[in-house]
Amino acid sequence: MGFLTNLINGISLGSVYAIIALGYTMVYGIAKMLNFAHGDVIMVGGYLCFISMTNLGLPPLVGVLLAVVGCTCLGIVVERLAYKPLRGAPSLAVLITAIGVSYFLQNSALLIWGANPKAFTSVIPLPSVSLFDGQLVISSVTIATVLVAIAVMVGLTLFTSRTKMGKAMRACSEDKGAAQLMGINVNSTISMVFAIGSGLAAIAGVLLCSAYPTLMPTTGSMPGIKAFTAAVLGGIGSIPGAALGGVLLGIIEIFAKAYLGTQFADAIVFAVLIVVLLIRPAGLLGKEIHEKV
Amino acid sequence: MLKNLNKTTRSNIITYGIVIVAFVVMQGLAMAGAISNSLVGLLVPICAYICLTISLNLVVGISGELSLGHAGFMSVGAFCGLVVAACCRGIVGSDIVRLTIAILAAGAMAAVAGVIIGLPVMRLRGDYLAIVTLAFGEIIKNLLNNLYVGKDASGLHFSMESANSLGMQGGTILINGPQGATGIDKLSTFASGFVLILVTLTVVLNLINSRTGRAIMAVRDNRIAAESVGINVTKYRLIAFVVSAALAGMAGALYAMNYSSIVPKKFDFNTSILILVFVVLGGMGNIRGGIVSAALLTVLPELLRFIGDYRMLIYAIVLILVMILSNNAAFQSRLTSLREKVRRRSDDQAALAVDSQSGGASHE
Repeated sequence: MGFLTNLINGISLGSVYAIIALGYTMVYGIAKMLNFAHGDVIMVGGYLCFISMTNLGLPPLVGVLLAVVGCTCLGIVVERLAYKPLRGAPSLAVLITAIGVSYFLQNSALLIWGANPKAFTSVIPLPSVSLFDGQLVISSVTIATVLVAIAVMVGLTLFTSRTKMGKAMRACSEDKGAAQLMGINVNSTISMVFAIGSGLAAIAGVLLCSAYPTLMPTTGSMPGIKAFTAAVLGGIGSIPGAALGGVLLGIIEIFAKAYLGTQFADAIVFAVLIVVLLIRPAGLLGKEIHEKV
Repeated sequence: MLKNLNKTTRSNIITYGIVIVAFVVMQGLAMAGAISNSLVGLLVPICAYICLTISLNLVVGISGELSLGHAGFMSVGAFCGLVVAACCRGIVGSDIVRLTIAILAAGAMAAVAGVIIGLPVMRLRGDYLAIVTLAFGEIIKNLLNNLYVGKDASGLHFSMESANSLGMQGGTILINGPQGATGIDKLSTFASGFVLILVTLTVVLNLINSRTGRAIMAVRDNRIAAESVGINVTKYRLIAFVVSAALAGMAGALYAMNYSSIVPKKFDFNTSILILVFVVLGGMGNIRGGIVSAALLTVLPELLRFIGDYRMLIYAIVLILVMILSNNAAFQSRLTSLREKVRRRSDDQAALAVDSQSGGASHE
């Protein structure tokens, strides 16, 4: 049963990575920028949910909703103030700005909520599910995480393939100039992508904190880096790739922890990424673009 | 005298001059007790960060690859240097010689790491290369977090499990896993840091202005064109990467031997980013700019100490504003037109002055 338990935990952790990775991959696909502040939006989402539940005494579902709305607004504001003035600037300048935003969010959280870890109460107050006469215990958070991830994935796929806005997003990621000529408002589309990505980050933050209930200003940075790795593993810019990369990374991490010791889990996760990129330089589901002279 | 030299030589001499003058001034101020203790404590880290910035500039600015794992090479050099320095304890009497040996060994070790990492990394390009350097940086941190090194009468002992599995009889534990190295001999001095900056500068500036350097920049500017005139792309990218790694390792050793204890966690992703920020703010490929920005930005949090908890927040805002202002097209064009206006006005005034002077003469 140990194997099955690890597999389920891996899929659950991987689902969180997948939701975060979606934010990375969508922003990269459309704005061609590595948004290093994404991990910190997760942390903000966690805190927003925490204060609305603990300090304001609101029910968990309202807390989650507040976190999503708050982070969506945050995403739009950050994009507007920090990234929009840099359209067309060298990608490294945008990268450093994103790092500045990341510092800003972390230090704001430090000033507002302090450095002491907060004990997060799970948003899903249901008992664990016990199978095979109690040999396999699955916590309700694990199940909820996987279900939410599947819902997000299906929703996002439908959104990008069926709706007008989704089509505009795909058009922008393919060729911004041509999209603009076709009458697509590129700026508002990019804002939209940031809004969706940040909203997803809030959901991921709440799920992450429910599963690992300590909340600190630096909570988001490591999952952020891991999810970024997952996005690259699956092929950055590709939505199914982010999902696949996230789940794979989660499973690898949990199995490495279980069978090879906790100390080297991170090293193994990153080593897998390197090996995959050496074999498939554009990631698992990424499109390889050949340069033409 | 400067005018007779060609442009690069003149620019290089100015760069060396700035470093030497800055050293003399700071050394004088420190001796006179005119700068605060906390600032004196920052002198060696500033030197180390300047070396790291110059070396990262070689990869990011000159070779045009985004590297997010520079702190990894720094930590390889740091811990290698510490072990070597500890081994020379009692064998080599002079502190300066011991420091030199440690720094050279650190550079060699980091160069080896650079080759091992560089060979696979150079197959990739752009953002993928960046993420792989990030991954290698994290792997190095993770491995060093589990490295135990001890020294006793029979020699050095290594282990990746725990301090107990070193199997030592007495002796001292040099590196104790996540707790890092303790009881370091503080061999680094401001003067040694200054010398290391000069060495780093000499290596990098000479490399840039050599045939190899021009090949590296050709690959950066247009890989396909460079390849088609017979430049071995992988070789030149690798040269830049390995030289940069070696220099980072040396700076890491200098940095570590400024403290009595140091943990592997110090050299994480944030440190890599910090050095990258120095490079970008100084101007990519601009060695002199990098030196200035590394020095200023290392001191800035210290200078902002009076605003207490808000200092990192201010730092973040400054970083964002500088990036936006220096890259925003609208702001740049406004700045240019303003500069133009000022120049035109001063030109007008100069012309007026000339007119009024020559005016009198022409009337005669």
